[in-house]
Amino acid sequence: MQWETVIGLEIHAQLATRSKIFSGASTAFGAEPNTQACTIDLGLPGVLPVLNQEAVRMAITFGVAIQAEIAPRSVFARKNYFYPDLPKGYQISQFELPIVGKGRVEIELEDGTLKPVGVTRAHLEEDAGKSLHEDFHGMTGVDLNRAGTPLLEIVSEPDMRSAKEAVAYAKKIHQIVQYLGICDGNMQEGSFRCDANVSVRPKGGPLGTRAELKNLNSFRFLERAINIEVERQIDLIEGGGAVVQETRLYDADKDETRSMRSKEEANDYRYFPDPDLLPVELDAGLIESVRAGMPELPDAKRARFARDYGLSSYDAAVLTASKGLADYFELAAKVAGDAKLAANWVMGEFSGALNQAGLALEQSPVSAEQLGGMLLRIVDNTISGKIAKQVFEAMWAGEGSADRIIEARGLKQITDSGAIEAVVDAVLQANPEQVANYRNADEQKRPKMLGFFVGQVMKQSKGKANPQQVNELLLKKL
Amino acid sequence: MHNKSISELAHGLRTGEFTSVELTRVHLDRIASHNPTLNCLVSVCEEGALQEAELADRRLRAGDVGQLAGIPIVHKDIFCTDGVKTSCGSRMLDNFIAPYDAHVVSRLKQAGVVMLGKANMDEFAMGSSNENSFYGPVHNPWQAGAVPGGSSGGSAAAVAARLCVAATGTDTGGSIRQPAAFCGITGLKPTYGRVSRYGMVAFASSLDQGGPMARSAADAAALLQVMAGFDGRDSTSAEQPVPDYSATLNDDLKGLRIGVPKEYLGEGLEAAIADSIQAALGEFVRQGAELVDISLPNTHLGVPTYYVVAPAECSSNLSRFDGVRYGYRCSEPRDLEDLYKRSRGEGFGAEVKRRIMIGTYALSAGYYDAYYLKAQKIRHLISDDFRAAFEQVDVIMGPTAPSTAFGIGEKSADPVTMYLSDIYTIAVNLAGLPGMSVPVRPVNGMPVGLQLIGNYFQEARLLNVAHQLQQATNWHSATPAGFE
Amino acid sequence: MSLQRSDVEKIAHLARLAVSEDELDAVTADLSNILHLVAQMELADTAGVEPMAHPLHMVQRLREDAVSETDQREKFQAIAPLTEAGLYLVPRVIE
Repeated sequence: MQWETVIGLEIHAQLATRSKIFSGASTAFGAEPNTQACTIDLGLPGVLPVLNQEAVRMAITFGVAIQAEIAPRSVFARKNYFYPDLPKGYQISQFELPIVGKGRVEIELEDGTLKPVGVTRAHLEEDAGKSLHEDFHGMTGVDLNRAGTPLLEIVSEPDMRSAKEAVAYAKKIHQIVQYLGICDGNMQEGSFRCDANVSVRPKGGPLGTRAELKNLNSFRFLERAINIEVERQIDLIEGGGAVVQETRLYDADKDETRSMRSKEEANDYRYFPDPDLLPVELDAGLIESVRAGMPELPDAKRARFARDYGLSSYDAAVLTASKGLADYFELAAKVAGDAKLAANWVMGEFSGALNQAGLALEQSPVSAEQLGGMLLRIVDNTISGKIAKQVFEAMWAGEGSADRIIEARGLKQITDSGAIEAVVDAVLQANPEQVANYRNADEQKRPKMLGFFVGQVMKQSKGKANPQQVNELLLKKL
Repeated sequence: MHNKSISELAHGLRTGEFTSVELTRVHLDRIASHNPTLNCLVSVCEEGALQEAELADRRLRAGDVGQLAGIPIVHKDIFCTDGVKTSCGSRMLDNFIAPYDAHVVSRLKQAGVVMLGKANMDEFAMGSSNENSFYGPVHNPWQAGAVPGGSSGGSAAAVAARLCVAATGTDTGGSIRQPAAFCGITGLKPTYGRVSRYGMVAFASSLDQGGPMARSAADAAALLQVMAGFDGRDSTSAEQPVPDYSATLNDDLKGLRIGVPKEYLGEGLEAAIADSIQAALGEFVRQGAELVDISLPNTHLGVPTYYVVAPAECSSNLSRFDGVRYGYRCSEPRDLEDLYKRSRGEGFGAEVKRRIMIGTYALSAGYYDAYYLKAQKIRHLISDDFRAAFEQVDVIMGPTAPSTAFGIGEKSADPVTMYLSDIYTIAVNLAGLPGMSVPVRPVNGMPVGLQLIGNYFQEARLLNVAHQLQQATNWHSATPAGFE
Repeated sequence: MSLQRSDVEKIAHLARLAVSEDELDAVTADLSNILHLVAQMELADTAGVEPMAHPLHMVQRLREDAVSETDQREKFQAIAPLTEAGLYLVPRVIE
């Protein structure tokens, strides 16, 4: 039997507002427990929610970015259930009338073809707190700092057919929300969380029963968990069993998914419009102003890089993978005045150094201006590409700007033809045998043999002689 | 001193005839004598009140001429008060000291009022008799053994017994107006959104509204003046200017069109009460008003609709009482579910639990459309009835309650019978309109309330109409025997 | 509309309310009576009527995104039944 996998994702993106969605408490990560939980977040009696305009603006921005319909009228509803990290006994969410309607994104498959993935909806809601299961005399501790943090829940259509497609889609959304500046995308801190609805069916058959996978806090886990779950479902069905609709937790340590029995109880969330909040009505002016202020999105930026900088499609994709990298590249290219050179350095030496040091782009010791400044010295022949590697290492080590390093270390390229000629003459004089061999050799063998003399000259000049001039002089004299 | 109006007291305080400390002491003494039998206050703040009175005296000497400076009042125990227990009449909050002040409380505090204490009430404002309180029933000052009405029964009894000058109350289905009627005082439920709900423990968020309870329309106007107004912390607070409520009290009523709904004076109303209402209407006619027969055809649907909408909202609003962050927690919970079920089972009284269960049911899968959605549609019909009526008339009048105060225990065995006692007040909350109850001719020595219903944000008009009645009659100034 | 004891048990569980065996019959009867009252709604013709969630035709106001709250944990936890290390404690939650 040939099986087909059907995947839909629910992504929770924490919106990068300063304050919470319904209260004035800070959303900063990592504070002492319950120090950023105010009366509203704690659900004290009598307190009331008031909606944060920035959360609304961010949701609209996302909607515009995925070409979705922005609801002129959306409504907040209460989702009722009891859980210790849910202080009010209900989560304020959007149910029947979400702020963002149907939209779509395009993902690139491995063979380079593009596939559209539908976004069913995106809605605003508040996050819950955190339960800490370390041992407090056999009890659980509850921290409500995260309670009330704004979330945009982005629900996809079941359009993905493999774990790889699901990852490509998740990465695409991740890229978009970061480009828009509405989510920091930090998966370790839980700012960007994926749940996957996974089912299998005989190819072309009706939809199978799905399981919802939770706790997928990296793209690698997302892919891994889906693959494991697909195998589990196929084994189950082929063994005569049936898939149960349930929530399953991915356990990265054991590399398995397991049923979350505690949440399995048939939930009846009793959604109804939150009477403490009124319908959100957006005037066309607000939506237009968001549209007008939209930043350039990944796909457009990639196309522009390829077009304007003459980069390959692949290079353009690598450089636009994150907005930070794209910005870094553009600034370095601008300072250097040579985009291709900047692209090679950013993707090569620079990314390699970051990787090796295990640093994020924001933590780089070399700024885009610094890198650009160094590249400029290659362009204007002050240093060679080879010397540049030394300069880069020194910049990375914190020795200051390229110009300072070149000056301090005396790395400036020798372009004075008299000085180079002196070195060339000295080398030829010191190696009469090689000179004779060269002069007797075939035309075809000569270029290779020339390398010896170039090497000697560069060695004598400590790599500072202009290689082009060295070549020219050697050819003339030999 | 305890029989004076707010304007008389304000004058006395300003001219130095007496101080706020003296005025406060008089009321504290009256509370000490009468509260043990009436049980209308659940907290008495003697020390705090005297401190506030001293502060008010200083402000008065410094020329603070705010009308409420130094005036002793009580708050219904549903308004959160920083540092003073806010029980909401429930065991659940018997140990709850709010860490903040409700909007209404802080506004009145700024105006210089003195808080004598917190008033008893039906638990979480659910009831029409004040019998559903963890702290026991309140007795009606007009007749021991009779209920004061509810849920703001403690506030109404305290005002009627002259234990305070005025009080705050809240009204979700008649909880200011019905106890005002039963205790012979003046109570006003403002338009939904007129008074901020911030810090008012929620019962049914789309119906709840705080308002003043006083001995006259003029006194109620003075209180509302401070309580009303926009508050950014309440999303449902209306951004509407607050008029000077006292300025229009003396407008004459010539040409006033009073709508009298046939549904309010028909079947189910005691004949003697109908006579009292007619007598009051006659007074308005004498003053130049015109009576217009109107119909509010969906009146009979008010109670059933209310008993879906209010419980649905309450079932969700009261989920936060879970024994985790504040309030009652059962002893030695076996597990999480046990913690929830026993804390809530033991912390809430029977009526609250009934309403939570009705609301839970009405919102649950498979019943939502038949109950909750249907109720919301009828709510629209009821609202449209009023809309149509106000195209013909300026104010609507009828009885506040179908009977006078009944006996403690008389209706408590059957929830449904109790619910029907709110038949005339409930529709006003569903529509969000302002409503008022003012005393008219008593029946068998027991107070009777005339209900005035106005169009949206027409509180000034209601106060004006009520004041004109109170200028021409003295029904509102009758004092229960033993409390003179 | 009459409820069965099992219906009430289900509702009480959803609402997390302990209802004892002794109370169950009385509660079932009370709730059934209330639903009987509520059933009068069926008489109303609501075809084409929009549901009304709020009494006033107002729209949601939006708050400026600014941090206005400071840490008041100590004050808030002074009224909590059980805390430790700044956390609210509950019986162990099994995931």
